[in-house]
Amino acid sequence: MNQKSPVEALPELLAALAETGWMCSIAFLATVVFGIACGVALRLTAPGGLRPHRAFYQVFGAIINVVRSLPFLILLIALIPVTRWIVGTAYGPTAAIVPLALGAIPFFARVVENALLEIPQGKIEAAQVMGASTRQIVWKVMLPEALPGLVAGATLTFVMLIGYSAMAGTIGGGGVGDFAIRYGYQRFNTPVLLLSIAALVLIVQAIQTTGDLIVRSLSHRR
Amino acid sequence: MIVVDSVTKVYENRGMTVTAVDDVSLTVGSGEIHGILGRSGAGKTTLLRCLNLLERPTSGTITVDGLELVGLSDADLRSARQRIGTVFQHFNLFHARTVSDNIAFPLEITGVGRSERRARVAELLDLVGLTDRANAFPSQLSGGQKQRVGIARALAAHPSVLLCDEATSALDPATTEQILDLIKVVNETTGVTVVLITHESGVVRRICDSAGLMEDGRLVESGRLADLLADPGSRLAEQLIPVGRPTDSEPSVEYILSFRSESATEPVLSHASRELGLDVSILSGSVEQVGGRTAGRLRVALSRPLDGPDHDRFVGFLAAQGVMVSRP
Repeated sequence: MNQKSPVEALPELLAALAETGWMCSIAFLATVVFGIACGVALRLTAPGGLRPHRAFYQVFGAIINVVRSLPFLILLIALIPVTRWIVGTAYGPTAAIVPLALGAIPFFARVVENALLEIPQGKIEAAQVMGASTRQIVWKVMLPEALPGLVAGATLTFVMLIGYSAMAGTIGGGGVGDFAIRYGYQRFNTPVLLLSIAALVLIVQAIQTTGDLIVRSLSHRR
Repeated sequence: MIVVDSVTKVYENRGMTVTAVDDVSLTVGSGEIHGILGRSGAGKTTLLRCLNLLERPTSGTITVDGLELVGLSDADLRSARQRIGTVFQHFNLFHARTVSDNIAFPLEITGVGRSERRARVAELLDLVGLTDRANAFPSQLSGGQKQRVGIARALAAHPSVLLCDEATSALDPATTEQILDLIKVVNETTGVTVVLITHESGVVRRICDSAGLMEDGRLVESGRLADLLADPGSRLAEQLIPVGRPTDSEPSVEYILSFRSESATEPVLSHASRELGLDVSILSGSVEQVGGRTAGRLRVALSRPLDGPDHDRFVGFLAAQGVMVSRP
Protein backbone atom coordinates (compact mmCIF):
# COMPACT_ATOMS: atom_id res chain seq x y z
CA MET A 1 0.00 0.00 0.00
CA ASN A 2 1.26 3.43 -0.93
CA GLN A 3 1.79 5.56 2.13
CA LYS A 4 0.62 9.19 2.05
CA SER A 5 3.46 11.67 2.44
CA PRO A 6 3.19 14.23 5.26
CA VAL A 7 2.47 16.94 2.67
CA GLU A 8 -0.39 14.94 1.22
CA ALA A 9 -1.77 14.31 4.69
CA LEU A 10 -1.51 17.96 5.72
CA PRO A 11 -5.05 19.06 4.75
CA GLU A 12 -6.44 16.15 6.72
CA LEU A 13 -4.22 17.00 9.69
CA LEU A 14 -5.41 20.61 9.63
CA ALA A 15 -9.02 19.45 9.59
CA ALA A 16 -8.24 17.15 12.55
CA LEU A 17 -6.57 20.04 14.38
CA ALA A 18 -9.65 22.17 13.78
CA GLU A 19 -11.80 19.42 15.29
CA THR A 20 -9.49 19.16 18.29
CA GLY A 21 -9.58 22.93 18.63
CA TRP A 22 -13.37 22.96 18.52
CA MET A 23 -13.98 20.21 21.04
CA CYS A 24 -11.25 21.33 23.42
CA SER A 25 -12.24 25.01 23.33
CA ILE A 26 -15.92 24.42 24.00
CA ALA A 27 -15.12 21.80 26.62
CA PHE A 28 -12.64 24.24 28.16
CA LEU A 29 -15.20 27.04 28.35
CA ALA A 30 -17.72 24.71 29.98
CA THR A 31 -15.03 23.47 32.35
CA VAL A 32 -14.07 26.98 33.40
CA VAL A 33 -17.65 28.05 34.05
CA PHE A 34 -18.80 24.93 35.87
CA GLY A 35 -15.43 24.25 37.48
CA ILE A 36 -15.39 27.73 39.05
CA ALA A 37 -18.97 27.30 40.21
CA CYS A 38 -18.16 23.92 41.79
CA GLY A 39 -14.86 25.14 43.27
CA VAL A 40 -16.54 28.18 44.83
CA ALA A 41 -19.32 25.95 46.21
CA LEU A 42 -16.70 23.68 47.77
CA ARG A 43 -14.75 26.57 49.27
CA LEU A 44 -17.84 28.27 50.71
CA THR A 45 -19.31 25.13 52.26
CA ALA A 46 -16.03 23.73 53.61
CA PRO A 47 -15.46 23.87 57.36
CA GLY A 48 -14.29 27.41 58.09
CA GLY A 49 -15.81 28.68 54.84
CA LEU A 50 -18.28 31.54 54.57
CA ARG A 51 -21.28 29.20 54.37
CA PRO A 52 -20.11 26.01 56.06
CA HIS A 53 -22.35 23.03 55.32
CA ARG A 54 -20.79 19.76 56.32
CA ALA A 55 -23.18 17.37 54.56
CA PHE A 56 -23.16 19.23 51.25
CA TYR A 57 -19.38 19.59 51.29
CA GLN A 58 -18.78 15.93 51.95
CA VAL A 59 -21.32 14.56 49.48
CA PHE A 60 -20.31 16.99 46.74
CA GLY A 61 -16.63 16.35 47.41
CA ALA A 62 -17.23 12.60 47.23
CA ILE A 63 -19.00 12.90 43.85
CA ILE A 64 -16.09 14.92 42.51
CA ASN A 65 -13.60 12.38 43.80
CA VAL A 66 -15.51 9.52 42.21
CA VAL A 67 -15.46 11.17 38.79
CA ARG A 68 -11.80 12.07 39.22
CA SER A 69 -10.84 8.54 40.17
CA LEU A 70 -12.26 7.06 36.95
CA PRO A 71 -9.72 6.70 34.14
CA PHE A 72 -10.84 9.04 31.38
CA LEU A 73 -11.30 6.20 28.87
CA ILE A 74 -13.76 4.48 31.22
CA LEU A 75 -15.61 7.76 31.84
CA LEU A 76 -15.80 8.27 28.10
CA ILE A 77 -17.54 4.95 27.56
CA ALA A 78 -19.71 5.22 30.65
CA LEU A 79 -20.97 8.62 29.52
CA ILE A 80 -22.11 7.48 26.06
CA PRO A 81 -25.82 7.44 27.06
CA VAL A 82 -25.50 10.87 28.66
CA THR A 83 -23.77 12.22 25.59
CA ARG A 84 -26.46 10.80 23.35
CA TRP A 85 -29.11 12.41 25.52
CA ILE A 86 -27.45 15.84 25.47
CA VAL A 87 -26.05 16.01 21.92
CA GLY A 88 -28.22 13.46 20.14
CA THR A 89 -25.27 11.34 19.04
CA ALA A 90 -22.24 9.76 20.71
CA TYR A 91 -19.95 10.22 17.72
CA GLY A 92 -17.98 13.14 16.37
CA PRO A 93 -16.13 16.08 17.91
CA THR A 94 -19.26 17.84 19.20
CA ALA A 95 -20.34 14.71 21.06
CA ALA A 96 -16.84 14.43 22.57
CA ILE A 97 -17.32 17.79 24.28
CA VAL A 98 -19.65 16.23 26.87
CA PRO A 99 -17.23 13.62 28.29
CA LEU A 100 -14.31 16.03 27.94
CA ALA A 101 -16.04 18.68 30.00
CA LEU A 102 -17.42 16.23 32.54
CA GLY A 103 -13.97 14.70 32.92
CA ALA A 104 -12.25 18.05 33.38
CA ILE A 105 -14.80 19.86 35.57
CA PRO A 106 -14.06 17.87 38.77
CA PHE A 107 -10.34 18.34 38.26
CA PHE A 108 -10.69 22.07 37.68
CA ALA A 109 -13.12 22.35 40.60
CA ARG A 110 -10.38 21.10 42.93
CA VAL A 111 -7.87 23.45 41.29
CA VAL A 112 -10.26 26.34 41.94
CA GLU A 113 -10.89 25.21 45.51
CA ASN A 114 -7.15 25.13 46.16
CA ALA A 115 -6.55 28.50 44.51
CA LEU A 116 -9.28 29.98 46.72
CA LEU A 117 -7.76 28.36 49.81
CA GLU A 118 -4.52 30.20 49.04
CA ILE A 119 -6.19 33.57 49.65
CA PRO A 120 -5.20 34.73 53.14
CA GLN A 121 -8.20 34.51 55.43
CA GLY A 122 -7.51 38.08 56.54
CA LYS A 123 -8.51 39.50 53.16
CA ILE A 124 -11.85 37.75 53.30
CA GLU A 125 -12.34 38.95 56.86
CA ALA A 126 -11.44 42.48 55.77
CA ALA A 127 -14.27 42.36 53.23
CA GLN A 128 -16.61 40.85 55.82
CA VAL A 129 -16.01 43.58 58.37
CA MET A 130 -16.66 46.20 55.71
CA GLY A 131 -20.12 44.72 55.39
CA ALA A 132 -19.69 42.79 52.13
CA SER A 133 -22.19 40.02 51.38
CA THR A 134 -21.04 36.51 50.50
CA ARG A 135 -21.83 37.15 46.84
CA GLN A 136 -19.76 40.35 46.87
CA ILE A 137 -16.89 38.57 48.60
CA VAL A 138 -16.88 35.83 45.94
CA TRP A 139 -17.02 38.20 42.97
CA LYS A 140 -15.04 41.14 44.25
CA VAL A 141 -12.47 39.50 46.50
CA MET A 142 -12.07 35.74 46.17
CA LEU A 143 -12.07 35.31 42.40
CA PRO A 144 -9.99 38.43 41.58
CA GLU A 145 -7.46 37.65 44.32
CA ALA A 146 -7.15 34.04 43.15
CA LEU A 147 -6.90 34.97 39.47
CA PRO A 148 -3.21 34.08 38.95
CA GLY A 149 -3.80 30.64 40.46
CA LEU A 150 -6.98 30.20 38.45
CA VAL A 151 -5.23 31.07 35.19
CA ALA A 152 -2.36 28.70 35.96
CA GLY A 153 -4.85 25.96 36.79
CA ALA A 154 -6.89 26.67 33.67
CA THR A 155 -3.76 26.34 31.53
CA LEU A 156 -3.05 22.99 33.12
CA THR A 157 -6.63 21.94 32.46
CA PHE A 158 -6.54 23.02 28.83
CA VAL A 159 -3.42 20.94 28.20
CA MET A 160 -5.04 18.01 29.96
CA LEU A 161 -8.12 18.40 27.75
CA ILE A 162 -5.97 18.07 24.64
CA GLY A 163 -4.63 14.81 26.02
CA TYR A 164 -8.16 13.63 26.84
CA SER A 165 -9.34 14.61 23.35
CA ALA A 166 -6.91 12.11 21.84
CA MET A 167 -8.62 9.38 23.83
CA ALA A 168 -12.00 10.64 22.76
CA GLY A 169 -10.66 10.34 19.21
CA THR A 170 -10.17 6.61 19.63
CA ILE A 171 -13.87 6.01 20.13
CA GLY A 172 -14.99 8.17 17.25
CA GLY A 173 -14.46 11.64 18.57
CA GLY A 174 -12.35 12.80 15.65
CA GLY A 175 -9.52 15.27 16.06
CA VAL A 176 -5.76 14.87 16.15
CA GLY A 177 -5.89 11.78 18.36
CA ASP A 178 -8.08 9.99 15.84
CA PHE A 179 -5.78 11.17 13.03
CA ALA A 180 -2.64 9.96 14.81
CA ILE A 181 -4.11 6.56 15.52
CA ARG A 182 -5.29 6.07 11.95
CA TYR A 183 -1.95 7.03 10.41
CA GLY A 184 0.52 6.05 13.10
CA TYR A 185 -1.03 2.95 14.62
CA GLN A 186 -3.20 1.48 11.91
CA ARG A 187 -1.09 2.34 8.84
CA PHE A 188 2.38 2.58 10.40
CA ASN A 189 2.91 5.89 8.61
CA THR A 190 5.63 7.19 10.89
CA PRO A 191 6.37 10.47 9.06
CA VAL A 192 2.72 11.54 9.26
CA LEU A 193 2.56 10.41 12.90
CA LEU A 194 5.61 12.53 13.68
CA LEU A 195 4.00 15.48 11.93
CA SER A 196 0.89 15.19 14.10
CA ILE A 197 3.07 14.86 17.20
CA ALA A 198 4.97 18.00 16.21
CA ALA A 199 1.69 19.83 15.75
CA LEU A 200 0.49 18.75 19.21
CA VAL A 201 3.77 19.73 20.86
CA LEU A 202 3.55 23.17 19.26
CA ILE A 203 -0.04 23.64 20.35
CA VAL A 204 0.65 22.58 23.94
CA GLN A 205 3.71 24.83 24.08
CA ALA A 206 1.68 27.73 22.75
CA ILE A 207 -1.05 27.21 25.34
CA GLN A 208 1.42 26.85 28.20
CA THR A 209 3.40 29.91 27.13
CA THR A 210 0.25 31.98 26.79
CA GLY A 211 -0.93 30.85 30.20
CA ASP A 212 2.43 31.64 31.78
CA LEU A 213 2.46 35.08 30.18
CA ILE A 214 -0.97 35.88 31.55
CA VAL A 215 0.04 34.66 35.02
CA ARG A 216 3.16 36.80 34.87
CA SER A 217 1.19 39.86 33.81
CA LEU A 218 -0.96 39.32 36.92
CA SER A 219 2.01 38.80 39.19
CA HIS A 220 1.61 42.20 40.84
CA ARG A 221 -1.47 40.74 42.46
CA ARG A 222 0.43 38.19 44.45
CA MET B 1 -19.59 55.43 71.86
CA ILE B 2 -18.87 51.75 72.40
CA VAL B 3 -20.26 49.81 75.31
CA VAL B 4 -18.98 46.30 75.85
CA ASP B 5 -21.00 44.53 78.51
CA SER B 6 -19.84 41.28 80.12
CA VAL B 7 -18.44 39.82 76.93
CA THR B 8 -17.11 36.29 77.22
CA LYS B 9 -15.72 34.19 74.40
CA VAL B 10 -15.16 30.51 75.02
CA TYR B 11 -13.61 28.18 72.45
CA GLU B 12 -14.24 24.48 72.49
CA ASN B 13 -11.45 22.49 70.93
CA ARG B 14 -11.34 18.71 71.20
CA GLY B 15 -12.97 18.67 74.59
CA MET B 16 -10.75 21.49 75.88
CA THR B 17 -12.42 24.77 76.67
CA VAL B 18 -10.40 27.94 76.40
CA THR B 19 -11.82 31.19 77.71
CA ALA B 20 -10.17 33.72 75.41
CA VAL B 21 -12.18 36.66 76.69
CA ASP B 22 -13.46 36.45 80.23
CA ASP B 23 -16.31 38.74 81.27
CA VAL B 24 -14.96 41.98 79.83
CA SER B 25 -16.92 45.19 80.26
CA LEU B 26 -15.70 48.42 78.82
CA THR B 27 -16.98 51.81 77.74
CA VAL B 28 -15.20 53.97 75.20
CA GLY B 29 -16.56 57.49 74.83
CA SER B 30 -17.13 59.12 71.44
CA GLY B 31 -14.01 60.59 69.94
CA GLU B 32 -11.72 58.86 72.43
CA ILE B 33 -8.64 56.85 71.55
CA HIS B 34 -8.68 53.78 73.74
CA GLY B 35 -5.77 51.38 73.85
CA ILE B 36 -5.90 47.82 75.07
CA LEU B 37 -2.49 46.62 76.10
CA GLY B 38 -1.62 43.01 76.66
CA ARG B 39 0.81 40.29 75.80
CA SER B 40 0.11 37.91 72.98
CA GLY B 41 -2.37 35.35 74.14
CA ALA B 42 -4.00 37.75 76.57
CA GLY B 43 -7.19 37.73 74.52
CA LYS B 44 -7.02 41.25 73.15
CA THR B 45 -7.24 40.18 69.51
CA THR B 46 -10.26 38.02 70.29
CA LEU B 47 -11.86 40.96 72.11
CA LEU B 48 -11.30 43.22 69.10
CA ARG B 49 -12.68 40.54 66.78
CA CYS B 50 -15.76 40.45 68.96
CA LEU B 51 -16.23 44.19 68.48
CA ASN B 52 -16.84 43.76 64.75
CA LEU B 53 -18.45 40.38 65.25
CA LEU B 54 -15.78 38.45 63.37
CA GLU B 55 -16.09 36.36 66.50
CA ARG B 56 -19.51 35.94 68.01
CA PRO B 57 -19.27 36.39 71.78
CA THR B 58 -20.37 33.36 73.79
CA SER B 59 -22.23 35.79 76.02
CA GLY B 60 -22.49 39.52 76.59
CA THR B 61 -23.48 42.45 74.43
CA ILE B 62 -21.67 45.02 72.28
CA THR B 63 -23.33 48.33 71.62
CA VAL B 64 -21.93 50.81 69.11
CA ASP B 65 -23.66 54.19 68.92
CA GLY B 66 -26.70 52.76 70.66
CA LEU B 67 -27.03 49.75 68.34
CA GLU B 68 -26.55 46.34 69.93
CA LEU B 69 -24.59 44.15 67.49
CA VAL B 70 -24.75 40.62 68.86
CA GLY B 71 -28.48 40.21 68.30
CA LEU B 72 -28.55 41.62 64.77
CA SER B 73 -29.62 39.64 61.71
CA ASP B 74 -27.00 39.05 59.01
CA ALA B 75 -28.35 41.85 56.82
CA ASP B 76 -28.53 44.34 59.70
CA LEU B 77 -25.07 43.32 60.86
CA ARG B 78 -23.68 44.04 57.38
CA SER B 79 -25.02 47.57 57.45
CA ALA B 80 -23.89 48.07 61.06
CA ARG B 81 -20.40 46.96 60.07
CA GLN B 82 -20.23 49.76 57.54
CA ARG B 83 -20.14 52.13 60.53
CA ILE B 84 -17.08 50.33 61.92
CA GLY B 85 -13.73 50.57 60.13
CA THR B 86 -11.01 48.03 60.86
CA VAL B 87 -7.27 48.37 60.34
CA PHE B 88 -5.27 45.15 60.38
CA GLN B 89 -1.75 44.23 61.45
CA HIS B 90 -1.05 42.63 58.09
CA PHE B 91 -2.98 45.29 56.15
CA ASN B 92 -5.18 42.75 54.30
CA LEU B 93 -5.27 44.89 51.18
CA PHE B 94 -6.74 43.41 48.02
CA HIS B 95 -3.77 42.75 45.77
CA ALA B 96 -5.85 42.60 42.61
CA ARG B 97 -6.94 46.20 43.16
CA THR B 98 -5.07 49.45 42.90
CA VAL B 99 -4.68 51.73 45.88
CA SER B 100 -7.70 53.75 44.72
CA ASP B 101 -9.84 50.69 44.18
CA ASN B 102 -8.89 49.32 47.58
CA ILE B 103 -10.03 52.53 49.22
CA ALA B 104 -13.19 52.53 47.12
CA PHE B 105 -14.14 48.97 48.11
CA PRO B 106 -16.35 49.80 51.12
CA LEU B 107 -18.19 52.36 48.97
CA GLU B 108 -18.54 49.98 46.06
CA ILE B 109 -20.25 47.31 48.13
CA THR B 110 -22.80 49.79 49.44
CA GLY B 111 -23.62 50.97 45.94
CA VAL B 112 -22.15 54.47 46.12
CA GLY B 113 -22.00 55.95 42.60
CA ARG B 114 -18.78 56.13 40.62
CA SER B 115 -18.29 59.88 40.71
CA GLU B 116 -19.04 60.09 44.41
CA ARG B 117 -16.59 57.24 45.03
CA ARG B 118 -13.90 58.98 43.05
CA ALA B 119 -14.33 62.19 45.02
CA ARG B 120 -14.19 60.38 48.37
CA VAL B 121 -11.13 58.37 47.33
CA ALA B 122 -9.31 61.55 46.27
CA GLU B 123 -10.12 63.09 49.65
CA LEU B 124 -8.78 60.05 51.52
CA LEU B 125 -5.66 59.76 49.38
CA ASP B 126 -4.94 63.35 50.28
CA LEU B 127 -5.58 62.67 53.97
CA VAL B 128 -3.10 59.77 54.08
CA GLY B 129 -0.62 61.43 51.72
CA LEU B 130 -0.72 58.87 48.91
CA THR B 131 -2.22 60.88 46.07
CA ASP B 132 0.77 60.09 43.85
CA ARG B 133 0.37 56.33 44.45
CA ALA B 134 -3.33 56.17 43.53
CA ASN B 135 -2.82 53.73 40.67
CA ALA B 136 -0.12 51.60 42.27
CA PHE B 137 -0.84 48.04 43.37
CA PRO B 138 -0.33 47.09 47.02
CA SER B 139 2.65 44.88 46.15
CA GLN B 140 4.45 48.02 44.97
CA LEU B 141 4.09 49.81 48.31
CA SER B 142 6.18 49.85 51.49
CA GLY B 143 4.69 48.60 54.75
CA GLY B 144 3.93 52.08 55.98
CA GLN B 145 2.26 53.00 52.70
CA LYS B 146 0.20 49.81 52.82
CA GLN B 147 -1.04 50.71 56.28
CA ARG B 148 -1.94 54.20 55.06
CA VAL B 149 -4.08 52.57 52.40
CA GLY B 150 -5.53 50.30 55.10
CA ILE B 151 -6.47 53.33 57.18
CA ALA B 152 -7.94 55.19 54.19
CA ARG B 153 -9.97 52.11 53.24
CA ALA B 154 -11.24 51.72 56.81
CA LEU B 155 -12.36 55.36 56.82
CA ALA B 156 -13.97 55.39 53.37
CA ALA B 157 -17.55 54.81 54.48
CA HIS B 158 -17.37 57.49 57.21
CA PRO B 159 -17.34 55.06 60.14
CA SER B 160 -17.93 56.30 63.65
CA VAL B 161 -15.53 53.73 65.05
CA LEU B 162 -12.06 52.71 63.94
CA LEU B 163 -10.71 49.41 65.26
CA CYS B 164 -6.96 48.93 64.99
CA ASP B 165 -5.70 45.37 65.37
CA GLU B 166 -1.98 45.70 66.13
CA ALA B 167 -1.94 48.22 63.30
CA THR B 168 1.72 49.12 63.77
CA SER B 169 3.19 45.84 64.95
CA ALA B 170 4.50 44.92 61.50
CA LEU B 171 6.19 48.30 61.02
CA ASP B 172 9.56 49.74 61.98
CA PRO B 173 9.72 52.31 64.83
CA ALA B 174 9.86 55.43 62.65
CA THR B 175 6.98 54.23 60.46
CA THR B 176 5.05 53.23 63.57
CA GLU B 177 5.25 56.80 64.81
CA GLN B 178 4.03 58.17 61.47
CA ILE B 179 1.09 55.78 61.39
CA LEU B 180 0.18 56.54 65.01
CA ASP B 181 0.32 60.26 64.30
CA LEU B 182 -1.92 59.70 61.29
CA ILE B 183 -4.44 57.86 63.45
CA LYS B 184 -4.29 60.74 65.92
CA VAL B 185 -4.87 63.29 63.14
CA VAL B 186 -7.77 61.27 61.78
CA ASN B 187 -9.26 61.08 65.27
CA GLU B 188 -8.92 64.82 65.76
CA THR B 189 -10.25 65.83 62.34
CA THR B 190 -13.14 63.36 62.01
CA GLY B 191 -13.96 62.69 65.65
CA VAL B 192 -13.87 58.95 64.99
CA THR B 193 -13.69 56.80 68.12
CA VAL B 194 -10.60 54.60 68.05
CA VAL B 195 -10.06 51.30 69.81
CA LEU B 196 -6.62 49.88 69.31
CA ILE B 197 -4.99 46.81 70.68
CA THR B 198 -1.27 46.49 70.99
CA HIS B 199 1.49 44.80 72.90
CA GLU B 200 3.65 47.91 72.67
CA SER B 201 3.28 50.33 75.56
CA GLY B 202 4.77 53.05 73.33
CA VAL B 203 1.62 53.00 71.21
CA VAL B 204 -0.56 53.71 74.22
CA ARG B 205 1.82 56.39 75.48
CA ARG B 206 1.86 58.17 72.15
CA ILE B 207 -1.79 58.53 71.22
CA CYS B 208 -4.21 57.06 73.75
CA ASP B 209 -6.60 59.02 75.96
CA SER B 210 -7.61 55.95 77.91
CA ALA B 211 -6.35 52.42 78.15
CA GLY B 212 -6.95 48.99 79.53
CA LEU B 213 -4.70 46.08 80.45
CA MET B 214 -5.66 42.57 79.47
CA GLU B 215 -4.33 39.42 81.08
CA ASP B 216 -5.59 35.87 80.67
CA GLY B 217 -8.72 37.07 78.92
CA ARG B 218 -9.65 39.53 81.64
CA LEU B 219 -9.53 43.29 81.54
CA VAL B 220 -7.61 43.76 84.77
CA GLU B 221 -7.47 47.55 84.67
CA SER B 222 -8.86 50.36 82.60
CA GLY B 223 -9.32 54.05 82.82
CA ARG B 224 -8.17 57.41 81.61
CA LEU B 225 -4.41 57.57 81.19
CA ALA B 226 -4.06 60.54 83.54
CA ASP B 227 -5.88 58.68 86.31
CA LEU B 228 -3.94 55.47 85.76
CA LEU B 229 -0.61 57.25 85.92
CA ALA B 230 -1.60 58.96 89.14
CA ASP B 231 -2.37 55.61 90.72
CA PRO B 232 0.84 54.19 92.17
CA GLY B 233 -0.55 50.67 92.32
CA SER B 234 -1.57 50.67 88.68
CA ARG B 235 0.01 47.84 86.70
CA LEU B 236 -0.85 49.60 83.50
CA ALA B 237 1.07 52.64 84.70
CA GLU B 238 3.97 50.31 85.46
CA GLN B 239 3.81 49.11 81.85
CA LEU B 240 3.67 52.63 80.49
CA ILE B 241 6.25 54.21 82.76
CA PRO B 242 8.14 51.44 84.51
CA VAL B 243 9.34 52.32 87.96
CA GLY B 244 11.28 49.11 88.29
CA ARG B 245 11.40 46.34 90.86
CA PRO B 246 11.73 46.97 94.59
CA THR B 247 15.35 47.20 95.64
CA ASP B 248 16.96 45.61 98.67
CA SER B 249 16.94 48.89 100.56
CA GLU B 250 14.78 49.32 103.65
CA PRO B 251 11.12 49.32 102.48
CA SER B 252 10.15 51.76 105.22
CA VAL B 253 12.07 54.56 103.50
CA GLU B 254 10.82 53.87 99.96
CA TYR B 255 8.22 55.94 98.17
CA ILE B 256 6.89 56.07 94.67
CA LEU B 257 6.44 59.48 93.12
CA SER B 258 4.47 60.10 89.99
CA PHE B 259 4.26 63.40 88.21
CA ARG B 260 3.29 65.07 84.96
CA SER B 261 4.93 67.76 82.93
CA GLU B 262 4.35 70.90 85.07
CA SER B 263 6.10 69.50 88.09
CA ALA B 264 8.72 67.58 86.16
CA THR B 265 10.56 70.74 85.26
CA GLU B 266 10.57 72.08 88.79
CA PRO B 267 13.34 71.12 91.19
CA VAL B 268 10.73 69.51 93.39
CA LEU B 269 12.86 66.92 95.09
CA SER B 270 15.59 69.25 96.20
CA HIS B 271 12.96 71.62 97.57
CA ALA B 272 11.38 68.80 99.50
CA SER B 273 14.63 67.60 100.95
CA ARG B 274 15.59 71.11 102.04
CA GLU B 275 12.15 71.73 103.46
CA LEU B 276 12.05 68.54 105.49
CA GLY B 277 15.74 68.13 106.17
CA LEU B 278 16.21 64.75 104.55
CA ASP B 279 18.10 63.32 101.62
CA VAL B 280 16.20 61.82 98.76
CA SER B 281 17.89 59.33 96.47
CA ILE B 282 16.33 58.07 93.28
CA LEU B 283 16.49 54.28 93.11
CA SER B 284 14.79 53.65 89.79
CA GLY B 285 12.13 54.97 87.49
CA SER B 286 11.55 56.54 84.15
CA VAL B 287 10.27 59.61 82.44
CA GLU B 288 8.29 59.28 79.23
CA GLN B 289 6.24 61.30 76.82
CA VAL B 290 2.60 60.42 77.39
CA GLY B 291 0.03 62.00 75.13
CA GLY B 292 2.57 64.67 74.21
CA ARG B 293 3.27 65.57 77.84
CA THR B 294 6.11 64.49 80.04
CA ALA B 295 5.18 62.04 82.75
CA GLY B 296 7.38 60.16 85.14
CA ARG B 297 7.35 57.69 87.94
CA LEU B 298 10.23 57.35 90.37
CA ARG B 299 11.10 55.02 93.19
CA VAL B 300 12.95 57.02 95.83
CA ALA B 301 14.52 56.23 99.18
CA LEU B 302 14.66 58.73 102.01
CA SER B 303 17.60 59.06 104.37
CA ARG B 304 15.35 58.26 107.35
CA PRO B 305 11.91 56.77 107.93
CA LEU B 306 9.20 59.41 108.37
CA ASP B 307 6.83 59.31 111.32
CA GLY B 308 3.17 60.28 110.96
CA PRO B 309 3.36 64.10 110.90
CA ASP B 310 6.54 64.12 108.83
CA HIS B 311 5.04 61.68 106.38
CA ASP B 312 2.00 63.89 105.99
CA ARG B 313 4.17 66.95 105.48
CA PHE B 314 6.24 65.16 102.85
CA VAL B 315 3.19 63.96 100.97
CA GLY B 316 1.46 67.30 101.32
CA PHE B 317 4.45 69.26 100.13
CA LEU B 318 4.90 67.15 97.01
CA ALA B 319 1.17 67.02 96.31
CA ALA B 320 1.18 70.80 96.28
CA GLN B 321 3.78 70.60 93.53
CA GLY B 322 1.66 68.15 91.55
CA VAL B 323 3.59 65.06 92.54
CA MET B 324 1.61 62.07 93.75
CA VAL B 325 3.29 60.17 96.56
CA SER B 326 2.59 56.65 97.64
CA ARG B 327 4.20 53.72 99.38
CA PRO B 328 5.29 50.86 97.14
